[in-house]
Amino acid sequence: MREKSLECVYELAKRDSRIVYIGSDVGAETLEQFKKEMPDRFFMEGISEAHIIGMAAGLAKSGYIPYVNTIATFITRRCYEQIVIDVCLQNLPVKLIANGGGLVYAPLGPTHMAVDDIGLMRLLPNMHIIAPCDANEMEKLMMQSVDMSGPVYVRVGKGNEPNISSGKSSLWIEPGEVLIITTGVMIHQALGVIDLLKEKGISCGLLHLSIIKPINKDLILTHLKDVELVITVEEHVKSGGFGSSILEILSDHRHTNPPKLLRLGLPDHFVELYGSQKELLQYFRLDANGITQQILQYLVK
Amino acid sequence: MLTITQWHEQALATKLDDRSLLLRTSIYKTVHAGGRGHIGSAFSLIEILRVLYDDILRYQPQNPQWIERDLCILSKGHGCLALYALLADKGFFPRHQLNTFCKIDSLLGGHPEPKLPGVEWPTGSLGHGLAVAVGVALANRMKNRENKVFVITGDGEINEGSIWESALSAAKHKLDRLTVMIDYNKQQSYGPTKMVLDLEPLSDKWRSFGFFVFEANGHDIVSLHNTLLASEKEKGKPKVIICHTVKGKGLSIAEDNPKWHHKSKLTKDEIFAMQQAFNLVEN
Repeated sequence: MREKSLECVYELAKRDSRIVYIGSDVGAETLEQFKKEMPDRFFMEGISEAHIIGMAAGLAKSGYIPYVNTIATFITRRCYEQIVIDVCLQNLPVKLIANGGGLVYAPLGPTHMAVDDIGLMRLLPNMHIIAPCDANEMEKLMMQSVDMSGPVYVRVGKGNEPNISSGKSSLWIEPGEVLIITTGVMIHQALGVIDLLKEKGISCGLLHLSIIKPINKDLILTHLKDVELVITVEEHVKSGGFGSSILEILSDHRHTNPPKLLRLGLPDHFVELYGSQKELLQYFRLDANGITQQILQYLVK
Repeated sequence: MLTITQWHEQALATKLDDRSLLLRTSIYKTVHAGGRGHIGSAFSLIEILRVLYDDILRYQPQNPQWIERDLCILSKGHGCLALYALLADKGFFPRHQLNTFCKIDSLLGGHPEPKLPGVEWPTGSLGHGLAVAVGVALANRMKNRENKVFVITGDGEINEGSIWESALSAAKHKLDRLTVMIDYNKQQSYGPTKMVLDLEPLSDKWRSFGFFVFEANGHDIVSLHNTLLASEKEKGKPKVIICHTVKGKGLSIAEDNPKWHHKSKLTKDEIFAMQQAFNLVEN
């Protein structure tokens, strides 16, 4: 998925002279081919995120479409004000490719784990947020990102996820009494959950939203009609993230028979463990088994 | 070579001509209408903007988005009263709009936004303008345009680390059509820059960051004009002009006085002092 996101920037740049790439100080040989073929539109600007976002805004104001790329925590927290004022306030087409959304950088600790990025970006008017589940979906959304007017935040997962999204629409499995709504790579866990719930005699649907903002409210409400329990699953703190956006829709909509909502995600404290993404998902009960247990516990109450 | 103290004494001693007094009168009227404003911060900035808009910048007031225009970003957005005075003077918008300053439906806020014709960038939070200017200057070069880019920063503003990130980048890209003008009045909101976060040796800092460095008396039109012309001759590096100014210049009770950095309301005595200082000029 990560490689695909950059491949797409290269492909976009080949056909559209407005596209520029700006990295901070990313890995050696990133986009070598791009740099070779289009050196004027390739920038490696150093570890200076506040500057880079402002510079990207200046380029965007002058007619370019910059794709800015670095680690998710740095491209959100370090330069938040530049994103707010220089990019979002003027609705400029600066596209942020955020490596390692979620627990990807588990072994590198809390400075590198982007578990608040959706919330931070969701607060900003004009911002789009996309969180693909695999390389196929990354390609589809990256190609669309040029035409999404204004800024886009691309949450990039670890990579090497199995390609499962080909030919799918948002509704993967028709809702039963239960409906899981996922975003990003959590769909890979959710598919396991659905099998486990089936063994318990619970029919569960699956709605996957790779575009978190603007959220497709009508689509969500359409699929909630006969559902008793909605579960949101995200690799992000529960407060202010993806599940919160679903909660807001449910809360603001006048339902005759509103479903219950269970939001699953990370707790409101810093992740103080290392290990791997997989181990942390298990620890926080966000792998298929953990999610299933949390749902069953909720249903027993 | 003048010392920083000598520069300051020169700036203090510089007599303002009628045009400079007229622009200050315009600011006084704007402040009076809005009941507030960053007065001291604007008064230190007027001659810098005046020389740029009178003699240096290319622009078309009736066509503010003119593609051939030079870009002027007031990165110290709290100095917007001075920018508004110049933009009104040049006809970017009708002068009577100055009287709407900070009103609910005004285009003239307490910090400038591009919804007002002539304002290029929304500033107010400090340390943003230079990064944007680097992006615009790069874009101009990529498009083979010769437009010049000016950024006006405060002195307190360059406490911000982002300014120095952008300075490194401007030098790396050899952006010689980019000029930073520092309104060095040596007072920030709390007090003297020397006390809050000393910037000296300032010219050495910029030189070591890869800039051509110039200094000027920021209230002397000839000094500013000549320095700008001299800077244009230098090629291969970005330029910085350290403009030695006086906070509150032209209003004796406000000069060098951090209490005049921002006024959220004005006393009768303060209004009277401004009336006295600027009553000789018809606006």
